[in-house]
Amino acid sequence: MDESLRRPEPDAGHRGPRPAATGPLMEARHLVKRFGTLVANDRVDLSVNAGEIHALLGENGAGKSTLVKMLYGLLQPDAGQILWQGEPVALPNPRAARALGIGIVFQHFSLFDNLSVAENVALAIDDKVPVATVAERVAELSRAYGLPLDPGREVWRLSVGERQRVEIVRCLMQDPRLLVLDEPTSVLTPQEVEGLFATLARLRAEGRALLYISHKLDEVRRLCETATVLRHGRVVARTDPRAESAASLARMMVGGEVAQVRHEATRHDDAPLRLAVRGLSLASEDPHGTSLADIRLELRRGEILGIAGVAGNGQDELFAALSGEWLAPRAEQIVFDGQAVGREDINARRRRGAAFVPEERLGHAAAPRLRLSDNALVAGHAANGFVRGGFVQRARTLGWVDAVTQAFDVRKGSRDPEARALSGGNLQKFVVGREVLRRPALLVVAQPTWGVDAGATGLIRQALVDLAKDGTAVLVISQDLDELFEIADRIAVIFHGRLSAAQPVRGLTREAVGLLMGGAAAAQPQEATA
Amino acid sequence: MRRLVLERRSQTPLALTLASPLLAVALTLLSAAAIFAVMGHDPLRALHIYFVTPLSDAWGLQEVAVKATPLVLIAVGLSLCFRSNNWNIGAEGQYVAGALAGTWVAIATHGQPSGPWVLPAMLAAGVAGGALYALIPAVLKTRYRANEILTSLMLVYVAVLLLDWLVRGPWMDPHGFNMPQTVVFESEATVPLLMEGGRLNLGSLIMLAVVVLTAVLVLRTLKGFEITLVGEAPRAARFAGFSEKRLTWLVFAAAGGLAGLAGTLEAAGTVRQLQPEFAVGYGFTAIIVAFLGRLNPVGCLIAGVFLAITFIGGENAQIMLQIPLDATRVLQGLLLFFVLACDTLLLYRPRLLRSSTAV
Repeated sequence: MDESLRRPEPDAGHRGPRPAATGPLMEARHLVKRFGTLVANDRVDLSVNAGEIHALLGENGAGKSTLVKMLYGLLQPDAGQILWQGEPVALPNPRAARALGIGIVFQHFSLFDNLSVAENVALAIDDKVPVATVAERVAELSRAYGLPLDPGREVWRLSVGERQRVEIVRCLMQDPRLLVLDEPTSVLTPQEVEGLFATLARLRAEGRALLYISHKLDEVRRLCETATVLRHGRVVARTDPRAESAASLARMMVGGEVAQVRHEATRHDDAPLRLAVRGLSLASEDPHGTSLADIRLELRRGEILGIAGVAGNGQDELFAALSGEWLAPRAEQIVFDGQAVGREDINARRRRGAAFVPEERLGHAAAPRLRLSDNALVAGHAANGFVRGGFVQRARTLGWVDAVTQAFDVRKGSRDPEARALSGGNLQKFVVGREVLRRPALLVVAQPTWGVDAGATGLIRQALVDLAKDGTAVLVISQDLDELFEIADRIAVIFHGRLSAAQPVRGLTREAVGLLMGGAAAAQPQEATA
Repeated sequence: MRRLVLERRSQTPLALTLASPLLAVALTLLSAAAIFAVMGHDPLRALHIYFVTPLSDAWGLQEVAVKATPLVLIAVGLSLCFRSNNWNIGAEGQYVAGALAGTWVAIATHGQPSGPWVLPAMLAAGVAGGALYALIPAVLKTRYRANEILTSLMLVYVAVLLLDWLVRGPWMDPHGFNMPQTVVFESEATVPLLMEGGRLNLGSLIMLAVVVLTAVLVLRTLKGFEITLVGEAPRAARFAGFSEKRLTWLVFAAAGGLAGLAGTLEAAGTVRQLQPEFAVGYGFTAIIVAFLGRLNPVGCLIAGVFLAITFIGGENAQIMLQIPLDATRVLQGLLLFFVLACDTLLLYRPRLLRSSTAV
């Protein structure tokens, strides 16, 4: 009996990929979704074939998330149809979508911090399976697909990159026939991206369909056979990305030319020293964290130093040590404008003219349920003159929100909304703008454009470059090598808590940086300090 | 096919923030009516006795103020704790500890020549006693990560038993016919009445002043912002340079101090001596007051008055309808349930969805 000729039952025990019937695996016809007066999806058509990687392109707010949520049963379309192998289907909830064989890896992780990897995965499975069995399966899948994970580790101990692996493995557990990936490479290194692409190629070869959402147009051109481009809720193009240039794809997405970041990597050897870190070793407060070992770096006036590295190699600890959230063992290990500040807390450093942007937008840089004016106060109460005699000057914090909004084009519904009401890109513009507008002498920023659309990315990177041009020393911790090569003057690599010698971007190749990220730094001599 | 789903709100409308406790009150009244009906009473008459008669004469109004004073004082302090995710459940113990400290001053000066400084000294001792007692769970939390819900709750029983022992032992009135109670405080050691022929005393004015000061603290100052931020987003609070540990000490001390003040005012103003029955549960009822008042000092004032009405109304109902006083506790418990349930509406929007069936 030929299994492949039978239409698979949605609830059949085996939901593995099978050779597709003729026609698309999944098709959306004229999907409409309105939120009040906003039409988030306006008669959107999309068809994805088995064994293809289909790109879904669009700016933030173009309607990609809405479309994906309808395909996953999280939202119900106001009009239109979803067809699965040519048959109309109703997806009242994600469980129904999963039963059909649709899996999704969200950009924003939905993991329980205090549970282990295996427990998180077990929770997402519709059937009751013992955690131990799940742990075995996770280990198996993570080996098979090159996504290294320790199933017993608690999620709060994981880096952003590792958390994403959990999301991917969690999806693969369900053996999906259509896998949706929302910005999967935004936190990965070149090596990890290569690994992921190998994983995706394997999934495609197994006959699965992949819907790939990304802003990285070079990746899309490399990986995808077809692309659907959304703008303002409508499909504006359906194209073969391999036949397009990154610039032409960007034009389709944005509906106009995309501004390139103007930056020329230069040397600043003669500029005054702004920040020097000397022999900083710091045990991580987190028992599973990465301790810093003998960190040395120098940063001069007007210079942008990029710190590359795979997630979880000590970036969080380095940010905490530089910002003063954790204190250095000795004051002279961190010198800022000639002053030993290693034992000063974050506000003392702010008062000296330093500014910081942490990696996590919601929860660390900003409190989700507080208004933007209160979130201006989070970073600015010590050094921005927002407080007089212990009393908060609301007019000033509100004025600051207005100033940041104007300078950084922060789009929001009202003058002073809660932080969680903003899209990722707009909130990121706010938390970066909040610091940049202070004209700090030193800016330490982690993952400045993670998960942010092309427009906001360009704006933020240009703001960092312009800030450096005016004399600020900028330290960018980023896992996005494209970003570092675009804006940094020198790049150092952090690996297992050690920092390699910083090298000028001119003459530096991605391969060389990639090698350091893989651990070649250990043999490298440390940068000599003056 | 229809189903009810909860959608996360991106923004909580102000009107809803105010409407949610009102809805909780309405649901409590409905449930109360049902309970009274089941008990065989005319629900409307029972509700009238519960909620209207306390407000219908001067005596009732004074009694409402007298009951509301400790409730609001304690709730305002608890709201500082709860705002910053410090779950101080032991206000009853801090209330008793404060009363014991204040009473110690009263007993030590009893029969001695003393002056008008006695009452202020009692109040200061009450604040200090409550604050120190509240610092025990705070330090256990910051130093040993001991769960403050358990430690603060268990310390309630320690304080209540200490009270029991003192009034039956060392502090027993030698001329009290062996009754378990202290001496009746001298006039220097009592809170002055505001008017003749009632029990309303200066404590209620002190309570109003505390409400105003705390409202300014919470809503206008950096310290108030710190309290809110630590509760909303602890990592962001660290990024703001606030010390969670010091704040935990501060809010516990503040809540304990206010509970201790309430205890001393109750001892020196309302009962004027200590008895084993002194701990009537204001510290627990104040938890309901704090949540019903949206952890806002002015809200706590309104909620405290409302809960005080249920106390007086409960007494009236006991007299007039023979409804047991425990019914009041049931009502208060229901109220807390409904308040917490209605708060879900602040974070989520209920929507009736019609599943689109494919054709």
